[in-house]
Amino acid sequence: MNIFVCVKRVPDTSEAIVKVDSSGRGVDSSKFSFDINESDNYAVEEAMLIKEAKGGNVRVVCAGTQDADVMIRMALAKGGNSAIRIDDPRINVIDPLQVAKVLAAAIKGKEFDLVLTGCMANDDGNMAVGVALAEELGVPHAAMVKKVEVETGMVKVYRELEGGLSEVVEMELPAVITIQTGINEPRYAPIRGIREAQKKELAVVKLEDLGLAPEAVGEGASLITLENFYIPKVESKAEILEGEPDQKAVTLAEKLVKGGLL
Amino acid sequence: MGNVFVLTEHRQGVLREISLEMLTKAAAVAGKTGGEVVAVLLGSGVDAFAGKVAGYCDRVLYMDDPLFTDYNSEKYQKALAALLKEYKPEIFMIGHTTQGVDLAPALAVELKLPFISDVIDINVVDGKLKPVRQYYQGKVNANFSFKGEPPYLVTFREATLEVGEAVKNGGIEKIPSLLQEDVAYRRFIEYVEAEVGDVDITQSEILVAVGRGVKEDKNMPLIEGLAAVMKADICGSRAAIDAGWLSHDRQVGTSGKTVKPKLYIAIGVSGAFQHLAGMKGAKTIVAINKDPDAPIFSVADYGIVDDLFKVVPKLTEKLKELKS
Repeated sequence: MNIFVCVKRVPDTSEAIVKVDSSGRGVDSSKFSFDINESDNYAVEEAMLIKEAKGGNVRVVCAGTQDADVMIRMALAKGGNSAIRIDDPRINVIDPLQVAKVLAAAIKGKEFDLVLTGCMANDDGNMAVGVALAEELGVPHAAMVKKVEVETGMVKVYRELEGGLSEVVEMELPAVITIQTGINEPRYAPIRGIREAQKKELAVVKLEDLGLAPEAVGEGASLITLENFYIPKVESKAEILEGEPDQKAVTLAEKLVKGGLL
Repeated sequence: MGNVFVLTEHRQGVLREISLEMLTKAAAVAGKTGGEVVAVLLGSGVDAFAGKVAGYCDRVLYMDDPLFTDYNSEKYQKALAALLKEYKPEIFMIGHTTQGVDLAPALAVELKLPFISDVIDINVVDGKLKPVRQYYQGKVNANFSFKGEPPYLVTFREATLEVGEAVKNGGIEKIPSLLQEDVAYRRFIEYVEAEVGDVDITQSEILVAVGRGVKEDKNMPLIEGLAAVMKADICGSRAAIDAGWLSHDRQVGTSGKTVKPKLYIAIGVSGAFQHLAGMKGAKTIVAINKDPDAPIFSVADYGIVDDLFKVVPKLTEKLKELKS
């Protein structure tokens, strides 16, 4: 099996304060901590599991700056064979269809059976790149997959639907699968793997290296425009309990019991 | 001109609520663009759904074809691409659901449509459509606009609005199936129902929910202690289930269960929209989270902004005392 796995470096903003920057179209990311996107990490693990079961090789693809190299090397340490990083500031990362086009250019012309990627990037939440990438490559796809069974020339996947239901779908290979979190247990990179990863190929390419014309990318090539960011007004009716942690706990306990909620 | 098309979503003989939510939003948008609201329905023998959505739109375009019995992205994409070329709406709304995210991006690439994903609102400014979407799990909103010619395409988030009254009476037009042949590359096999667990959390009166903030499996006894005092069942967000702290049948949210308990205590749950959709119907909601900007507070009745590991032990202790 020739497998490509596409990964993105994203900030963890779950407990961070997010502020719009002076451009009005970005955020101040100076205090964020970054790592591989959660569902992409599951996609990397799934690629390793398939490689271990069926043989073959795994190539990591990433559109991003040099900051992403640590994360890419981690995927190589887990068993990835080589990596391609598309490093080009002209890519309009706000447009998932453009990102898909760039990733497709890095994969097109090479032999592949499967392309795996996470089903959602935690920063933009688009859930669009993987499915758009399949269309760019002209191959079938399935989104939000919680189980993958590779057969000869085919792949059977279980898509996670609403309410705990799964949809079983069969596709001819090659195909693109977007991976949902929880599909497996992502491993930690072994020490020996981390050492070996330093010697593996990590090609850094520009758009021209992929045969993409400069006018094919950038804001001018996108059909959508981000006008401005703003912090949404949170319409909260919540009564926020005040005091030291113990006091807050006591107040809540009293409210619950005396209010007849318990 | 200015017509707003909506893809009707249904599965296993059930019309999905997102269809009516989108038609409600579509009516507001079309009221400003001066266009019609048109529901697009692909299915087989689903006349009842056509009748239902007709109450929310000016026209129903219904392709009745056995090949549409179960959703298949490839079939839908072929038929909808042909439909959009023929009818040229201003905008086509598809649900940001497990179906929509599997379909819309590929349709956008095929037809080179201006496409915005996971839209939570659509404003109309000087006759131009301006969708709104979110970044960083709801901490930032963004106003967008489209370039180029319609049709424009969006996926629209679930559970962002109340469904309006069925005040319209759209005509139902059965149109020939635009699917010329059965598809070759992707086949629907079957649906697999979720496993049934020991507790049905949809029936629980009191729920304690855990999220990423609980951090580790070894912290679960702390939560179990609180739940025992409260006589509550324990449920969780996707993060808690992915981490293996709880079984799948305990997941609350769009991909898990929708719950409506009398009391819901969310501990270390940030409140991704997928989670909120599954629990905001609870009668009383308490949120304990150290991030004051966590979206969970937007649906809470009582909030504690603090470290759960400091609050929960004291809360358990005090409840024990008050209840004894």
